[in-house]
This record gives sequence, C-alpha cells and structure tokens, in this order.
Amino acid sequence: MSTTLSPRPLPGSLQTNRFLNQWLSIHAEGYVTMRPGKVEIGQGILTALRQIVAEELDLDLEKIRVQTAVTALSPNEGVTSGSLSIQDSGSAFRQVAAEVRELLLSKAAAHLSESVEQLSVKNGLIRSRSGASVSYWALTDEQLLNQEATGQASPKSAEEHVVVGTAAMRMDIPAKVTGVASYVQDMSMPGMVHGRICRPPSYEAELKSVNLEPVRVMPGVISVHRDGRFLGVVAEREEQAIRAQLALTRAAQWSEVPTLPPFNPRYLLKAKAQSECISQKGQVLFSPESSVHEAEYSRQFLAHASLAPSCAIALFEKDRYTVWTHSQGIYPLRREMAVVLGVEEDQVLVHHVEGAGCYGHNGADDVALEAALLARTLPGRAVRLQWMREEEFAWEPFSSAMVAKTRATLSAQGMITHWQMDVWSHGHSSRPGRSEGSNLLASWYLEKPFKRAQTSNPPLPGGGSHRNAIPIYEFANQQINNHLVPDPPIRSSALRGLGSQTNVFAIECFMDELALQAHCDPVSFRLRHVKDERARAVIEAVALMASWQSLQPSDGVTGRGVGFARYKNGAGYMAMIAEVQLAETLQVKNIWAAVDVGQIINSDGLKNQIEGGIIQSVSFVLKEEVKYDAMRITQANWEDYPVLNFTEIPQVQIQLINRPHLPALGAGEGTQGPVAAAIANALFHLSGTRLRDMPLTRERIMAAMA
Amino acid sequence: MGRVKNKITITVNGSAHEVQAEDETPLLYVLRNELNCVGVRYGCGVGQCGACTVIVDGKALQSCDLSVVAVAGKTITTIEGIGSLENPHPLQQAFIDEQAAQCGYCATGIILTAKVFLEDHPHPSQDEIKQALSGHICRCGTHQRIVRAVEQAAQKMRLTP
Ligand code: FES
Ligand code: FES
Repeated sequence: MSTTLSPRPLPGSLQTNRFLNQWLSIHAEGYVTMRPGKVEIGQGILTALRQIVAEELDLDLEKIRVQTAVTALSPNEGVTSGSLSIQDSGSAFRQVAAEVRELLLSKAAAHLSESVEQLSVKNGLIRSRSGASVSYWALTDEQLLNQEATGQASPKSAEEHVVVGTAAMRMDIPAKVTGVASYVQDMSMPGMVHGRICRPPSYEAELKSVNLEPVRVMPGVISVHRDGRFLGVVAEREEQAIRAQLALTRAAQWSEVPTLPPFNPRYLLKAKAQSECISQKGQVLFSPESSVHEAEYSRQFLAHASLAPSCAIALFEKDRYTVWTHSQGIYPLRREMAVVLGVEEDQVLVHHVEGAGCYGHNGADDVALEAALLARTLPGRAVRLQWMREEEFAWEPFSSAMVAKTRATLSAQGMITHWQMDVWSHGHSSRPGRSEGSNLLASWYLEKPFKRAQTSNPPLPGGGSHRNAIPIYEFANQQINNHLVPDPPIRSSALRGLGSQTNVFAIECFMDELALQAHCDPVSFRLRHVKDERARAVIEAVALMASWQSLQPSDGVTGRGVGFARYKNGAGYMAMIAEVQLAETLQVKNIWAAVDVGQIINSDGLKNQIEGGIIQSVSFVLKEEVKYDAMRITQANWEDYPVLNFTEIPQVQIQLINRPHLPALGAGEGTQGPVAAAIANALFHLSGTRLRDMPLTRERIMAAMA
Repeated sequence: MGRVKNKITITVNGSAHEVQAEDETPLLYVLRNELNCVGVRYGCGVGQCGACTVIVDGKALQSCDLSVVAVAGKTITTIEGIGSLENPHPLQQAFIDEQAAQCGYCATGIILTAKVFLEDHPHPSQDEIKQALSGHICRCGTHQRIVRAVEQAAQKMRLTP
C-alpha cells in the first residue's frame, strides 16, 4: 500500500499534508468541496485555485465549492503570504485533483468493464467510447480519497488547459458589491456582545491608576476587565462599548517615557546591528577611490492601513475557544493563542473569515487574542471586537524603516565593474507562532506578561530586509551586506514585498545614476548588464509599450523613468516605466508594466493584483510615512496618514507575458520596488533633481530643488 | 436606561423602523446592528473614508458622521436597497462585469456615491467620476477598474433609464 512506501517528495503543501481527502471531497449529491489552507485576502486566490481543480477534474467551476480554512479541518498551509499561494496550494491541488481523477477513472473502468484509455470526462460524467457512462457522483464513496497522494499521476500539460489561463470571474464579487455579509466584521451570532480595548498612550506606558467603577455602571456595559495593563470593556451594543472605551481611556492615568527613535531612518546606521555578507563575487576592492560612485537611499516606516480596522469574534464555552478571524495564518495563530490562554491547541478552534485587504501582518492576529481574552470573562457569549481606526493606525505592526548605501565603479566602456550595497533595517517578520515568546500585542500587557518575540527575517533566497538586495544584474565583482537591527523601537512586521521595495528602489535608482555617468540610456544600460532572457524580455517589452526613446530629454513637462526587478530573485519579473509631472506635488500620470510570472492561471485576476500593487506602490512612494514623536505614534486617521486619492491615480497599462510551460509564480508583491524606482527616476528625468529618500513628498522635492 | 428619550423612527429601504439606540448614536451602528444592513461598512468613524456611505433624502452621506436623531423622519437608502444578488442594480452589475474589487470593502459606499452622482451626470468624463469619488478610499488600488465600472454603468443606465 502507498502508506508503506517511504515518503516521496510531493508538490507544494501536499508534502506536509499528504492525504487526498484533506484537500478534496466528492459528494454523491453532485459537487466537489475543496479545502485550501490558504485564505482569501482580496487577492482572488480562491477563484484561481478553483480553476486549477476544475481543470484537472474536467468540471465546470460551478460544481466546485470552497470550504474556507478552519483549523482541525483544512490542511496546514502556514501563512498566506509572500505571493506563495499559487506555488504552495495551487501545485498541491493540481496534483491531488489529477490523482483523484485517475482514481475515479480506474473505478469507472471497472464499473463499465472498459479500459481507462476508452474513457473521457465531461463535467463529472465519465463516458466510454461504446456510449456507456457513469458520473463521479455515483462512483464516490467515503474511503476513496482516504489515502496518501502517490505523486504518480501526471497533471495535464499546458496545451490541454481550457480553464486555467482564462479570466474566470471572481466568485466572491457579486456578494461583496450587493452588501451581502462577506467579512468577519459583518458576522453576527445569537447573544453576541461587543468588546473594545482601552490602549495605553504609547508602547511602554505604565498604568498608574484607573477607576473602573464609573465605567461598570454605564448603559449597556456588561463587564470591565483589567489584567495588568490590558483594559477592556464588553457591552450589549457596539456604540455602548465605544462610549465605555472612551470613558475608560479618560479614566486611565499612565506614565510615559520617550522610547521612539528620531524621525529619520538614519538612526538605523548607528544602531547595534547583526551584520552579514549575503553575496560576494570577485574582488571588493574599489580603486582608485576617486572613481567610486556612491549614494544613500532610505524610506520611513509604512503602515498597512487596511480600510477595515481589524476585527474578530470569540466564544468561550466549556473550556474551549472558538475564534473567527481574518488572520493570514490560522494554525500559527492557534498555536500562539493557546500558549497565551494557557490551554492546549485542540481547545482552540480557529475559523478564517475574510476581512478587508491586509497587505501583510496587521492587527488581525492581535484582535483575535483580545476577543478571546474578553470572551473568557463571559462564558457562552460570543464577543465581537473591532479595533477603532485610531487603534489600527497606532498599534498595527509597521513595515520597518530602511537605509541602503550603494557604491560602484564603472569601466571606460561604461560597464559596472564593482558593486556594493549595504542594507540597514529591522526584521520584516514578527508573525505569530514563529519563535520564542509571543507576538500577540495584548500578551505583552498582561499582569503576567509574555516576552515579546524578536522580529526576524525570513531566510534567503526570499529574504526579509535583504529581499531583493542581491541584484539580478551580472557584475564581475560584488558584495552585498545586510545589517539587521533587532528589537525595533517601533513595532514592525511584514508588509507586502518586505524589504524589496527599498532594495529595488536603491538598486534601480543607482543604475540610473550610473547610466548617467556612463552617458548611456537607462534601458540600454540595464540590458547591457543582464543576460537572463526573461529579464530582458520584460525590459524590452515595457520600453516598446511606452514608446521609450533612447536618451530622449524631457520636454520640461513630463519625465519618464524605468525600474525593474525579479521579485525575490526567483519569482516574477516586472519592468515598469513611470511618467510624471510636477505641479503642487509630484503626479504620476502613467505607468506601463510588463510582467512575467510564469504560467498564468487567471489573466484578469493577475492584472487586477498587479494594477492594485502598482497603485498602492505609487501611494507608498508619494505619500506614506508613519508619524511619530519621541514618545508616541501620532497618527490616528487618514488625514494623518494620507494615501493616494481617486483624483491622483495614474493610468496603468499592463502587458502579461505568459509562460505556460513554466511554473506559476505569485504576483501580488513584485511591483513595489520597480514602481518606486521608476517614479524617482522619472522625477530626475523631468527636473534633474535626484530624491533618494522616500516618500517623495512636496516638502522633500522643494528642499532638494532649493 | 435613563438617556433613552422619545423613540426615533427612520425609513430605510422603504420601510419604517423604530430605533432602539440612544439619540446621538451614529446611524452607522443602527443600520448595521439593528437593521442588519451590513453592506454599510465601518472604516474610520470620522467621515474620511466613505465606507459607510448611505443615501439620505437623495444625498450621499457618511453614516458614521450622522447621529440617528438627525435623520429621524428622513428616507435612507443603503446598498441593500438598490439591488440584490439576484437582481443587481446596473452599478452593481458593472462592478461585477469589470471585476472592480480586490477585497471589495470600499465598493458598497462607492456604488452609492456613484448612484447619486450619475443622477445629475448621465454623461460623466473619467475626471468627473474621479472627482465625485474623491471622498472614498480604496486601499487595494482598484481605482482604475472602479472608474471604468462607473463609466460602464452610466452608459447602460442611459440606454435603459
Ligand atoms: S466610516 Fe464613515 S467615512 Fe469612514
Ligand atoms: S477593493 Fe479593497 S479597499 Fe477597495
């Protein structure tokens, strides 16, 4: 039997979740259930995974239902992040569905007394050449899929695909635009009550005193809870909980100390860092010193700023917790919640329910623990807790500020001979369940606090702060050093793209600066230094799309710039050209993008993701920086943290290069760096002003031009 | 408790409702939690994001910024009142056709603002649409598709008024 074989390598998350029935069920009633461990975060992943299953099983999309992730039922696929869902989950489903199809066909062959070669399938109906038929639904039984994948079945070849690669419509959009309950924020259950938390004014504030009594007697208040510095209220109605939260906040007296860094990422250069050389080729000697070109780039902390503040519902009953959450990783969250709540993992059941787009590790996990802490005080009653906008803006983990220094020398022929880059940053991940201590916010404020887990970096080649720090260009001599500053004074974790935005910004701006020195066109200069055919193809394609003219000076009204990267050095290739104008502020008018993410599963879904990534990146580059002073995070709302407005969006045009025979790679995160660099390069083209510090705000541009 | 005074009646999607909440409660919470209009979304609570937009006596307003007493006796339309899964409004259909959502959290508020806007601007330019939607935040960057969807809906609504 298959279980006696030594485990063979299986694709994606199937490697660690090896049973077919963990992934799929075939129901006699005439449909298939698929159970992805990855979750929908507005990226359309469930639709793409459904296409893969439909393709392999020869089913119409309508025959496939999706069970959203829940611990105890769904395969453990870790966290939905890093644009890895198509690789992890898609490849697993493809293999599982191919094997299930073979099982069904061989059963059908026996049933119809035919050979498998005589059979064909259409929408679940298996027919033999002689005309006899039997359906999947008639053949299925409980035991059929209760076996390990063998890795033997071969999925279809790209030529055979009829569903994969098409622009299948997203299954979730009709409900979302008609107001049908779609998000965890919209859930309601019998007897549900509303919680709110009273936050300290700053990370390290100590609670001097608080009188809970006046809050306890406010209308609708059911309980007021204090555990150390963790203060929460529960009330019958949501607005009552909010009033009680306000009252509690006014009642609490705190003492504060300044612990935040200067409002300039360069504090990182002086901080104690763990330094490591992550790439070394040839010589690092730069000589003579006089011919060395140098530059320094930076960016401030960024916020995820989900449109919907984080929310969760928790129920505590008979020593067990049930939690509904928009966390990106239900299993890691469960592990960490169990530790903090002091129970076994199987006493915590975690259901994923969608939230608004999160773009990384925001307050989703934190609020789940907080809801459970409040629910513990009220057994049998579901507690819904939603952060207020100002809590999300002050308490979510931000994306670390960064600094990158570059050095290079050029040959007389205009080739880069030596290249060095040094990157300073805090770690780019402090997701739950990954290390010693706890990463859930409330756990640090309890009477018996948990140790704050360190932020860290995912390892290379994906990397964290060093993501994309190693250039794709081929330089004979290069050295890349990563300087990781642990213990961020400002809470930090994963935001779309992690360190790649700053690293690609630095590399791609510096490439333009060097092209200028070499009197070379920026597009040709890049092509000169890259051999990878797929990289060349996107750069050439975007130049064509934008009718790029070699070394054409700006007309004084618009400027153009280019940016390129291969995300994570192993994922999608993206080349962008930005066109900008200067008015009151810097305006991005057009972005052209050429994108190669291997095989395309859903062309429209892919475009949607890339368009979104591009527009969000424009917002990051032009406007965004987390505001803080020595003591506090000082941003509370969208006026403090402005993002790109409808009137400011560029026209985005995308060309997809399909590689049906190559693995499908994720798409959501690769845009950040190329967009950032393309905009800064375009500003230089237009004005001759080189801005190396993000965001490229009006104040910075004025200062640089003065 | 003591602060509840006269019962307030509001008219939502064609039917009258007696409100349980206290007077100064933002309309948003009454719509979501008492009347189950969950397509009215909380985003900021201070009138900056547009997620909570509803139509009050023909005007698109932010329900987080209106106390329920201020809309007593007025006619309120929420996203649930203009169309349904089975029978979507042309704007909702246009959002589906254009796949104008990533997370979709911003969509319902935007659709209501667009509905009011199109009543006075049956032939909008892209710039006018962007201007009309400038009180809404979309964090996912779906703007371009949203503008196209509003354009498409305008066209369809002109053909079948
Ligand atoms: S929630 Fe009302 S405008 Fe943001
Ligand atoms: S689609 Fe997510 S906020 Fe607009």
